[in-house]
Amino acid sequence: MTNKLVIENLKHRWVRTLLSAAAVGVQVTMILTLVGISFGMLDDLGRRSRGAGADILIRAPGSSIISLSTAPMPEKILDFLRTIPNVAIATATTVQPMGGTNTVTGIDLDAFSRMSGGFRYVKGGAFQKPDDILIDEYWSRQYGLKVGSVMKFWNREWNVCGIVEPGKLSRVFLPIRLAQELTGNTGKITSIFLKLQDPSQTAATIAAIKQQLTDYQVFSIDEYVSLLSVDNVQGLKWFIYVVIGVAVIVGFLVVFLSMYTAVLERTREIGILKSLGATPGFIVGILLRETVILALTGSVVGIALSFATRWAIMNLVPGSLTQMIVPNWWPIAAGISLIGSLAGALYPGWKAARQDAIEALAYE
Amino acid sequence: MNNGKDHLIAVTGLKKIYRMGDVEVAALRGVDLNIERGEFVAIAGPSGSGKSTLFYILGGLASATAGKVLIDGKDLAGMSDSERTRVRRELVGFVFQKYNLLPTLSALDNIGMAQFIAGKPAGTEGWFRQALDLLGVGHRLQHKPRSLSGGEQQRVAIARAIVNQPALLLADEPTGNLDTENSEIVLKLLRDLNQKTGQTILMITHNPEAAAYAHRTIHMRDGRILESGA
Ligand SMILES: Nc1ncnc2c1ncn2[C@@H]1O[C@H](COP(=O)(O)OP(=O)(O)OP(=O)(O)O)[C@@H](O)[C@H]1O
Ligand SMILES: [Mg+2]
Repeated sequence: MTNKLVIENLKHRWVRTLLSAAAVGVQVTMILTLVGISFGMLDDLGRRSRGAGADILIRAPGSSIISLSTAPMPEKILDFLRTIPNVAIATATTVQPMGGTNTVTGIDLDAFSRMSGGFRYVKGGAFQKPDDILIDEYWSRQYGLKVGSVMKFWNREWNVCGIVEPGKLSRVFLPIRLAQELTGNTGKITSIFLKLQDPSQTAATIAAIKQQLTDYQVFSIDEYVSLLSVDNVQGLKWFIYVVIGVAVIVGFLVVFLSMYTAVLERTREIGILKSLGATPGFIVGILLRETVILALTGSVVGIALSFATRWAIMNLVPGSLTQMIVPNWWPIAAGISLIGSLAGALYPGWKAARQDAIEALAYE
Repeated sequence: MNNGKDHLIAVTGLKKIYRMGDVEVAALRGVDLNIERGEFVAIAGPSGSGKSTLFYILGGLASATAGKVLIDGKDLAGMSDSERTRVRRELVGFVFQKYNLLPTLSALDNIGMAQFIAGKPAGTEGWFRQALDLLGVGHRLQHKPRSLSGGEQQRVAIARAIVNQPALLLADEPTGNLDTENSEIVLKLLRDLNQKTGQTILMITHNPEAAAYAHRTIHMRDGRILESGA
């Protein structure tokens, strides 16, 4: 019986119901998309790091796991590393900003190809001329670039000479020498990748390297990938918390307003229920049930919308963003929106429970 | 003098003062009233004389400021909010001038809601089915109030008020919004209900013709009862 009243109430003001549920949905999508992008970007970075085919990764002392700025190491280290037993290939990369948060990776194409098994060219081929760059398919799709297209950065025009399958380290590549010269970083590198003759001896090799390069960060690729978590990206966790907080406040306000207007317009009905002997708890219960239905409907809408945002990202900006669908966050996001919604229903519920039945019945 | 045991309602020295900030309105200034079980009594009086206020107190919607209010042997004066909620649920049924059906529920569900709130299983027992037939609304039960005429709505409201077999039915100007024809139907219904089921009814009305359906009429003025006619 109560449920009937709850459903009829929601149906009676269906526009308000839909808008409220949609607002809760947006709140849930905000959370799921942000979390999905965070996990997706890190996961994608991990995949691409593995895609380089290296067993060991070395980064400069004090550099963060994911740094957009270069923290250069001297290139001479490579010579030393090649003397370490079990090291088959040692090759370096530079990572430099090309404007915004996008980066260009400088590689030694020969060594990188041997290490990673080589690029698969969807179109075009390797560097030929001094202004040639390689891009991956996502980049090509996002910016509409084809072989022969021109890209501009560092005050120069670059010629796209080849489009490669994504998944190997980066999305935009150029020869490392050129990258070093043009940015005034001759002899300096960002990361070093090692391929081992016997990968089962990774730990021993790392130990040997660390004896000499004490301050450097030397990771097995597995270890490096495992470090690519939300906790290890500076500020990301707090950024997520802030967005969740904002989402909760928005959901709270919408449900507050929705339930508040519902209580006002139902003044007389609440009086009727009281005249029939309904307790304050009964009346609050009806509002809370409506709120739970709004929050749960909104959560379903929000989950559906997160698929839509992923689709949009994949089709519009695949080179810049990757969003994962995060089912383990569905109950969390739903729970967060439920708590925010119930909090929003508290004051209206209290107001309804306290309403004077006589005044309510006299209400026009 | 009766001590209330023989009466369904025994009110003595009832006072009600409304407080709105600093302003005090004395709506009832000492009401004495006895109603026997099975009586159908009309209450008349000018606007503002305290008729509705008396009903709200008898029905447990408002608390008394002073005095004694016995209904079915229970003293409503000095009851807590939750005790008065129980009175509304178990002892009385209300019928209002403005029908006051829940607009989002069908007629049947309006009645079912009263049963549900009273903790009784929904459904129409034998006697209630008869009452519905008596009320002549059995065929309109699936409709929402919006699509019922005023007369039909008021009949549904009466059905809702009696479904839990309350000791007392309080009707506050039940024909106030109805045309003559529908007023007559509703008044006859109340009289039939009183005669056939022994339902005790108190009915507020401004209309002497309506009051004529009752056994007797009580007149109120300025928060007091003037006289009680036969
Ligand atoms: N909730 C309230 N707060 C303050 N004063 C009230 C309230 N309800 C009624 N009154 C006052 O109490 C007095 C009695 O009102 P009541 O509604 O009982 O009269 P009534 O006889 O039912 O009148 P009517 O025939 O117009 O319905 C009036 O002066 C009214 O203004
Ligand atoms: Mg009145």
